[in-house]
Amino acid sequence: MTNKDAAVQAAYDEIKHSAESRAQELRRKKAVITVGAATCGRAAGALDIIKAFKEEIQKRDIDAAVIEAGCMGHCYAEPIVIIQKPGNPPIVYGRVNAVIAERLINEYILGDNPCPEFVLGALEASEGLPSFEDFPRAKYEKQIILKNCGHIDPADINQYIAAGGYGALAKALQEKPQEIIDEVKRSGLRGRGGAGFPTGEKWQGCRDAPGEQKYIICNADEGDPGAFVDRAILESDPHSVIEGMIIAGYGVGAKQGYIYVRAEYPLAVERLETALKQAQELKLTGDKILGGDFSFEITLFQGSGAFVCGEETALIASLEGEVGMPEHRPPYPATRGLFRKPTVVNNVKTLAYVRHIISNGADWFKGTGSRESPGTAVFSLAGKVVNTGMVEVPMGTTLRHIIYDAGSGIPGG
Amino acid sequence: MDKPVREQTIQEIGQILSGFERRKENLIPVLQRVQGKLGYLPQEAMREIATYLDIAPIDVYGVATFYNQFRLNPPGRHSIKVCLGTACHMKGGYITLEAWKRRLKIEPKQTTPDREFDLDTVACVGCCTMAPVTVVDNKPEGQVEPTRVDGILLGFGHDYTSKESKQNDQ
Ligand SMILES: Cc1cc2nc3c(=O)[nH]c(=O)nc-3n(C[C@H](O)[C@H](O)[C@H](O)COP(=O)(O)O)c2cc1C
Ligand code: SF4
Ligand code: FES
Repeated sequence: MTNKDAAVQAAYDEIKHSAESRAQELRRKKAVITVGAATCGRAAGALDIIKAFKEEIQKRDIDAAVIEAGCMGHCYAEPIVIIQKPGNPPIVYGRVNAVIAERLINEYILGDNPCPEFVLGALEASEGLPSFEDFPRAKYEKQIILKNCGHIDPADINQYIAAGGYGALAKALQEKPQEIIDEVKRSGLRGRGGAGFPTGEKWQGCRDAPGEQKYIICNADEGDPGAFVDRAILESDPHSVIEGMIIAGYGVGAKQGYIYVRAEYPLAVERLETALKQAQELKLTGDKILGGDFSFEITLFQGSGAFVCGEETALIASLEGEVGMPEHRPPYPATRGLFRKPTVVNNVKTLAYVRHIISNGADWFKGTGSRESPGTAVFSLAGKVVNTGMVEVPMGTTLRHIIYDAGSGIPGG
Repeated sequence: MDKPVREQTIQEIGQILSGFERRKENLIPVLQRVQGKLGYLPQEAMREIATYLDIAPIDVYGVATFYNQFRLNPPGRHSIKVCLGTACHMKGGYITLEAWKRRLKIEPKQTTPDREFDLDTVACVGCCTMAPVTVVDNKPEGQVEPTRVDGILLGFGHDYTSKESKQNDQ
């Protein structure tokens, strides 16, 4: 380890330490109340629930924290609240309203009755309450990129860091860029934006292309109607995507990144703005990241609502201020992309996997999913299923299992 | 149709422009900022922008009309956007759209004569599980069936069901 590497590690350890002590403060509270408040949770009334909890807590001077989190993937039961009391398993409540909120405070937070009638499940095995492990979907579920979603406050970078966030970046910066690309290649990660192109190969193409100026673009246009996974990740765990972008930038030798996000996703835009600001403050983006040699800037660009812009060449045209029309390929963006410079375009989910691969290694990643395509897939279950929501399962899980076991089938079918 | 844009507006546009470098890639962010300020893109504004960024006015116009986020006419006071993504379509989004059209007596992309409501459609706003969705003043509302259309309008103090609708209430 060189001196520079040691300094990067020390800079990271410092912010990690400070984030952890904040997390501990939370754990000492009488209760931590986490409310799912992504777009759909909000539409189901989550903001009113947050207000009700906060008012009640203040009125009675209870030492509890209320956290505004993102999406847990159980759409059928919004608004969702998780209550964590020291010594008890975290308990998830569904379809909470102001009246239920008051009862939970009176009977569970101040008393000892977990109010089983409102319980969806406990997050750990527990006596007397159903736990999520008993749910049919638990058999197939394997959370990698959804793990933080709905459990941390996306507007607080410290919660992400306390959960291990930016550790992969610190690790990556102490390795050679080519080693990062090799690891991603070995992991077999394929793009999650539709075409399934091997991500490591794409990065290699961009790294090998001549030129000083290179770009990373995060494709958050999510054009497919009926898909809301990218939005949920951006609203619930924006730093996981940002961390993936910085690591990609380090690997290919890019200094500038763009996140192209749909303007129809105002909450995702807001979460990303906050996240980018906080990352910059902690020197996780910008000039000389963590005090090392690598610099990387990220700009947020709001897409303007045209279906074809999810296609990468149209997206690039739009970033250049042109009408977003798909162009003929080759040349591929990896060699000739934004402003005619080598450019990597990756989907939100693809980038969200990167930190896990760097932290845990390619072999760990290959332990899930199929040989041709390792890892997990995230499905949005909407329309005609009973338990609508979002579910992450190993690649290759059949649709039948997902719909019948995770989604509890089709109503009346 | 377009009333001449006032002096002050030109000044506001100038202020927004001065915050941007004169590069073509700033065109869409500039258009977004100007529309954010004025609510739409008046012709004068597009001409100013073209001059500032040194591109042909026709190209500015082309971009402004290609992306359905931009509008060339002043907006109504409230915006109604009906989701017609796959999930909403399956759950009857188009029936909801019909209800809005019937009540407001306008087609998508139009504004009511009293300038109270805009009607438009969107592709999936990302909360399909609450389909059919209508985005009312930028807030997605779930399960908007035709019966809720009247309720939402009533919430704004508008009873478009009766003959003498209070079209002129401010
Ligand atoms: C019509 C069309 C629409 C597309 N829409 C999206 C989209 O919404 N999101 C996305 O990530 N990729 C979309 N793609 C794929 C992109 O062109 C590109 O392959 C992808 O962003 C690459 O990222 P990945 O390698 O991580 O999958 C679309 C492609 C086409 C042809
Ligand atoms: S996608 Fe589902 S679980 Fe996530 S916030 Fe929306 S309704 Fe809730
Ligand atoms: S299809 Fe209407 S919100 Fe997704």
